[in-house]
Amino acid sequence: MIQEIKSEHKKISIVCFSGDFDKIVAAYTIATGAAATNREVTLFFTFWGLNALKKRQGHSWLGKDFLSRMFNFIMGGRKNLPLSRLNFAGMSPGLMSGMMKKNNVASLEELFEAADALGVRIYACEMAMHILGLKREDLEDSVADVVGVATFLNESEDAHIIFI
Amino acid sequence: MIQLLDITRETCPMTFVKVKLKLARMEKGQQLEVILNAGEPLQNVPRSCEEQGYQVLSIDDCGDGKHRIMIQK
Repeated sequence: MIQEIKSEHKKISIVCFSGDFDKIVAAYTIATGAAATNREVTLFFTFWGLNALKKRQGHSWLGKDFLSRMFNFIMGGRKNLPLSRLNFAGMSPGLMSGMMKKNNVASLEELFEAADALGVRIYACEMAMHILGLKREDLEDSVADVVGVATFLNESEDAHIIFI
Repeated sequence: MIQLLDITRETCPMTFVKVKLKLARMEKGQQLEVILNAGEPLQNVPRSCEEQGYQVLSIDDCGDGKHRIMIQK
């Protein structure tokens, strides 16, 4: 009986630290696949990962002081995520998206929509947002909450934690 | 009425995602016919449906590596 209860609540938590296009695709592939196969999924976005959650998906001057505004402008949002390898000055994510489409692999946007439909829980790291000068309203509405590491760990009790 | 879903052109993880979302929108007792490819989808779609408490009524080989499974919600 106890085993039955446990198997109904298999949990996976993914720390999305990287803001690289390919790594975000990997995180969302695992997240949506896990949610679709009956697991409770939490994504915790911190540091560069936060770029993928910005409402403004291009380069914009978000932040509270000169340095944070420079950082946010240069990094940009979801449309500017670089490839972790062979980025070729930002050309490769577009090429990679084309290759994904050609092979019937879901695009990053489709993965985000699927995660939303499947009820994947999305948290943003309070500390990293503080450093980068990001406010709650700078991030997408799909973000369930802005939390610290203690909340993330509490929510991830008995979960597999993956760091990407 | 039997619902139909063809996931032979989908790749991981959308194979699972489409089945899950389709079943979520159906009423209890309704049946879903899923056409899927051999390999990963055939091995795991029926299993994950059963894990969610749905009943896999049949699995048939349609040839060309495609299979038809019937699921009852």
